[in-house]
Amino acid sequence: MDFFVGHYNYWVVIFLMLVGLYTVISRGNLIKKIIGLNIFQVSVFFLYISMGTVEGGAAPIIAEGVKLYSNPLPHVLILTAIVVGVATTALALALVVRIKESYGTIEEDEIHDLDHSL
Amino acid sequence: MGNNISLLLVVIPLIAAPVVAVLPRGRLPWAVALLVTSLCAVLAGMQLWAVLYDGVISYELGGWAPPWGIEYRIDAVNAFVALIVAAIAAITLPYALLSVEQEIPEEKIPLFYSALLLCLTGLLGITQTGDIFNVFVFLEISALSSYALISLGRERQALTSAYQYLIMGTIGATFFLIGVGLIYSQTGTLNMQDMATILPGVAHLKTVDTGFAFIMIGIALKLALFPLHLWLPNAYTYAPSVVTVFLAATATKVAVYVMLRILFTVFPHSFALATPAEELFIMAGIASIIVASTYAIYQVDVKKLLAYSSVAQIGYMALGIGFASATGVTAALIHLFNHALMKGALFMAVGAIIYRIGACRMDQIHGLGRAMPWTFGAIVIGGLSLIGVPGTAGFISKWYLVSAALEQEAWISVAVILFGSLLAVVYMGKLIEALYFKPATDSEKEVTEAPLLLLAPTWVLVFANIYFGLDTNLTVGLAETAAATLGVVNP
Repeated sequence: MDFFVGHYNYWVVIFLMLVGLYTVISRGNLIKKIIGLNIFQVSVFFLYISMGTVEGGAAPIIAEGVKLYSNPLPHVLILTAIVVGVATTALALALVVRIKESYGTIEEDEIHDLDHSL
Repeated sequence: MGNNISLLLVVIPLIAAPVVAVLPRGRLPWAVALLVTSLCAVLAGMQLWAVLYDGVISYELGGWAPPWGIEYRIDAVNAFVALIVAAIAAITLPYALLSVEQEIPEEKIPLFYSALLLCLTGLLGITQTGDIFNVFVFLEISALSSYALISLGRERQALTSAYQYLIMGTIGATFFLIGVGLIYSQTGTLNMQDMATILPGVAHLKTVDTGFAFIMIGIALKLALFPLHLWLPNAYTYAPSVVTVFLAATATKVAVYVMLRILFTVFPHSFALATPAEELFIMAGIASIIVASTYAIYQVDVKKLLAYSSVAQIGYMALGIGFASATGVTAALIHLFNHALMKGALFMAVGAIIYRIGACRMDQIHGLGRAMPWTFGAIVIGGLSLIGVPGTAGFISKWYLVSAALEQEAWISVAVILFGSLLAVVYMGKLIEALYFKPATDSEKEVTEAPLLLLAPTWVLVFANIYFGLDTNLTVGLAETAAATLGVVNP
């Protein structure tokens, strides 16, 4: 029981990861796929932040009388990953706009029927 | 100067990219990009020279000592791959001028070259850096710019292919990120060299196993290793000709490098041997060679045919990695180099056909070989190299690959490598038959030979295919040094 409760943040991560990945695979709507991709990426952000926690550690801001800090490095890494994620989402949305312009639809199966791509 | 080269290789194209984007229309953006890529090729050559004669180069970014700061660490392996990437970019650029003017709308040309330089930045960055998180960042820089480049293709399928690649590529990169995180949580470092010293102590932990698996799957997606190759054929087919040439010759090669680096440098060698990774590589390699080559035979679009053939060639490299012996890794590295030469030449020749007739379906190119003899010649020699005929570069890679398989008495692999060559005879034969032996269908418009500016870079690569098929000192010597640097030995 302790194993499950003590690691609840990781269970949240795994749940989000699978929800995101499943959405990407199962949804035919291109926007919904992007949303799934975002959920998947966010779960990884949570994973990193969870790992950075040091038990009993304070927020990594220098203050008097604090001996133990959480590890700030994962936060910095994730800041970079968030930027990458934003760029990916922006590019994906731009592509969807252009797909809509030239196909008139953003449903995967309808695009497939039109010219067997995707 | 020495150490600075390794940083300059990444910084020069990175700074040039936004500059090119705001340059006025016309040929100026191309000229600047040409200058930058040529400079990078020269620098990469100097870097390889420095590494071979003075040993490993270590550059500390911002003066922060590793493992805390980011370190660029160059040994024979990445110097070799960086030179391939930079040299291919420098050869592609002269070819790009006319092809891009025809395929890309005029107002987008500066942005096109800007994205191409960003892609080059990313690819070179992956080869230069010694920091595993940095690898992820550069992986995404190159991937994001290649999605944009692919979407510029003439047909609307380019958009859907770019979208498909984006989804798959992002999943791959995120898997890589998960793996890096898990391993960071156990080692507390991101520097690959430092990780290599800490990992043996924690290698028994399940977290490390899981991290390893995530990283392998993530890179396999980027590598387009069968069955994770689904994004590649469409992306290569519908991308503008120049982008196909550049990506086919560099992007998957860099992913192979990352794979080698992680398998052999970061993780202790015994670690990978204890996991089923090597067997999986051999199985995936065999499956790619057979399935992708068979698919290639049935393609009607020439670019798609060559794209499927690329997936098969990646299978050969995976086989070499899977043997995990010095000969196997040497073979993978030689093939990495030679495949860049042959696919570069072939995609350039096909790009020249597209330049002339605006299409490259099998039924549209009937008899074109007689109208475009030089382009046809490039396809024939490139094809022979792909098949692995003695006297071409392809033969050398197949030779080493078969030797590696024989060493391990892997008879099935030997049979598959030879059978793969046979399948290559079939699909290249189909292409050559259509180009030369079928009567020309459309006699209304006279097709002439492609302009010199397209032919010259193509033939540079064609001659390289022959040269490196006859004089193997350079490639084999470099690949053997690189394999030794990775620390693989024959079991």
